[in-house]
Amino acid sequence: MPLSSLDRLEAESIFIFREVVASCDNPVMLYSIGKDSSVLLHLARKAFYPAPLPFPLMHIDTTWKFRAMIEFRDAVARQPGTRLIVHTNQDGLRAGINPFTSGSRLHTDVMKTQALKQALDKYRFDAAFGGARRDEEKSRAKERIFSLRSAEHRWDPRNQRPEPWQLFNTQKAPGESFRVFPLSNWTEGDVWDYIAREQIDVVPLYFAAPRPVVRRDGMLIMRDDARMSLRPGETPETRSIRFRSLGCYPLTGAVESEATTLAEIIAEMRHMRVSERSDRAVDHDGVGSMEQKKLEGYF
Amino acid sequence: MSAALKPIPPNNPPVPAVNDAPQLRVLTCGSVDDGKSTLLGRLLYDSQAVMDDQLVALDQESRRWGTQGENRDFALLLDGLGAEREQGITIDVAYRYFSSKRRSFIVADTPGHEQYTRNMATGASTADLAIILIDARRGVLPQTRRHAFIVAALGIRHAVLAINKMDLVDFSQATWQRIADEFTAAARPLGFQSIVPIPICARDGDNVVARSVRMPWFHGAPLLEYLETVDVSRPETEHGFAMPVQLVLRPDSEFRGYAGTVASGVVRVGQPLVALPNGQRADVARIVTADGDRAAAEAGRAVTITLDREIDVARGDVLAAADDAPTASASVEAELIWMATEPLVAGREFAVRLGTASAHARVVSIRHAIDIQTYAYRKPASLKLNEIGLVELAFDKPLVTRPYAMDRTLGAMILVDRLTHQTVGMATVQALIDPPKWRPSRRLARYVVDGVVIGAIAGALSSNLLFAALIGVAEMLLRPLLDHLLEAKL
Repeated sequence: MPLSSLDRLEAESIFIFREVVASCDNPVMLYSIGKDSSVLLHLARKAFYPAPLPFPLMHIDTTWKFRAMIEFRDAVARQPGTRLIVHTNQDGLRAGINPFTSGSRLHTDVMKTQALKQALDKYRFDAAFGGARRDEEKSRAKERIFSLRSAEHRWDPRNQRPEPWQLFNTQKAPGESFRVFPLSNWTEGDVWDYIAREQIDVVPLYFAAPRPVVRRDGMLIMRDDARMSLRPGETPETRSIRFRSLGCYPLTGAVESEATTLAEIIAEMRHMRVSERSDRAVDHDGVGSMEQKKLEGYF
Repeated sequence: MSAALKPIPPNNPPVPAVNDAPQLRVLTCGSVDDGKSTLLGRLLYDSQAVMDDQLVALDQESRRWGTQGENRDFALLLDGLGAEREQGITIDVAYRYFSSKRRSFIVADTPGHEQYTRNMATGASTADLAIILIDARRGVLPQTRRHAFIVAALGIRHAVLAINKMDLVDFSQATWQRIADEFTAAARPLGFQSIVPIPICARDGDNVVARSVRMPWFHGAPLLEYLETVDVSRPETEHGFAMPVQLVLRPDSEFRGYAGTVASGVVRVGQPLVALPNGQRADVARIVTADGDRAAAEAGRAVTITLDREIDVARGDVLAAADDAPTASASVEAELIWMATEPLVAGREFAVRLGTASAHARVVSIRHAIDIQTYAYRKPASLKLNEIGLVELAFDKPLVTRPYAMDRTLGAMILVDRLTHQTVGMATVQALIDPPKWRPSRRLARYVVDGVVIGAIAGALSSNLLFAALIGVAEMLLRPLLDHLLEAKL
């Protein structure tokens, strides 16, 4: 019997984790708290079982994540054998960069892209795992699994190494590093199926509950704290909502939903008519905007 | 068990995964104008894999970049990079994901131009099946033969011939039949297990997902239905268990496990194994996974194996069934796809990766280059970018390998430039050359083996004179057969 789809994806991801640990000096897992990170962490633990996780997790904290995300992150960090690094771009914080008045583009650049580069330089990581999937966005569809970055963290899509079979070219010059994407071949559906099969814990925001939201620029934004000031005419109302993907709360739109269990989420997803990242403002700064961010070093 | 690995508390009862059938990995190849991206876009659209917001974006982009006037240009769903949108061509390999009710698919969409042969080869290396696009007006072109060659060279055994733009040949059954016959004849030397010709019109969706009403003479399955049902599995018991060791896990002094992914066969607890290349033997004590120990593990599974005694095993070694193990060879004959701009000449040295092993390799000779449009051989001084040739490679240490036709893991390698670290070649092992020709003592041993075989023939013919004469003739005529026998033995 050939392996089932999920078994094959799982085995391939485990293979990738092991290749990195075998061939890089100082790897780290970028932990962004969302469902993909939950799956990534679960796979990483499986890859090295019964040994403990051989690398730390790192969260780039923009200070604008949902509170429920931070609680979840801290609970994960308390699990034995888990080492979590949290990095925030202090320069950006001092400059008062925020998603409301700075705009999503500048906020993302300073608090995510620049912050990530600072942290990678500070800890001298030579490989960083990320949970990005090729099905998320067009320019990601061409990303390698082992994606080489220059010493300046730039991605050169014109000069990517061919990646035949599962034979990864792990050679790099001093200063260069890899971004490694073990979930490259997973889809949103695979992620949820796997979460259900493996009973992986995820942030409760993925499940529908009554939450305070305002409708702004065509998106349902959850008012997670008082830093979000209301515009004239806006009144928060309580609706049953959930999130398909999680980022900074002012930039992440909710969907109205009654799905409170994994089975209901999976059923809902199979009938969904809009793509997963349609609720992420960061993707809509113009056609090709994700490609541009990636060139600049965004994950 | 380490405390770090307590199960993560569930917050929900388990749900059976709907989408758990074996996945199909498909390569699409065609030339710029064959409508390949249009076909794929159509397949995604008709199988409801394109979401409403993506359609809105597509319509915007169709007006800006499209080639279909006011109509949707499905090709733009796929061309992900800016340069590709502007030039209207597909430069890189793009991977697409969709599922039907019956199966999930990963599609490697690769460029058709000759200068992107390496990209197509990359896409082909992990695919189970290839869709080869043909423009019905133009029929089988040299590039079609090239695509078929690359697909076959990378070990794909099943091809769909998607004969597109049938609307432009009046949906003619005769045209479809003529192209199908021509391709089948041309591809005969490539050894496909199946070639299925389907007449389509990708732009309008005929025979893509729904059966075409404009081609009632076609009784085969539409493309999607065929992809949903085709069986591409290889015979499982083809050869014994082998697993390249990725990592030695030693969490404490008690545990020593060899982590890796099973490349072939099945491993079972208690089974006698041999560690290669050093040849030490031990039995399987446990097959460890985070989900509990297994009694057995089949090809494709990632496991950690412990042995019943301590032997010397490191990353790059191969654990294999003691009774059906691959061999280590310091020299191979390999089909090589050259991927760098400066030509490859004999004598060049590289870093190679084969399985999990790293070594250095020297290109001893370029035996021949293959014209991948006529399949003719020629004797070149060098291999240029995107050329394919048969080369002799010598390693600085023996590598555990098998011919690629038998084993897609232990028969595959990449060549890496030692200065630039670029991946400059991909190679598939065709034959093991062991002993290498320049080592006279081993060469002599080979003559002894040859002599036994030849002696048997000669004995049958009862003539000592003939025996002597046969050595020379047999060297010429029987060499391929003897090589094969020797590989199996040594």
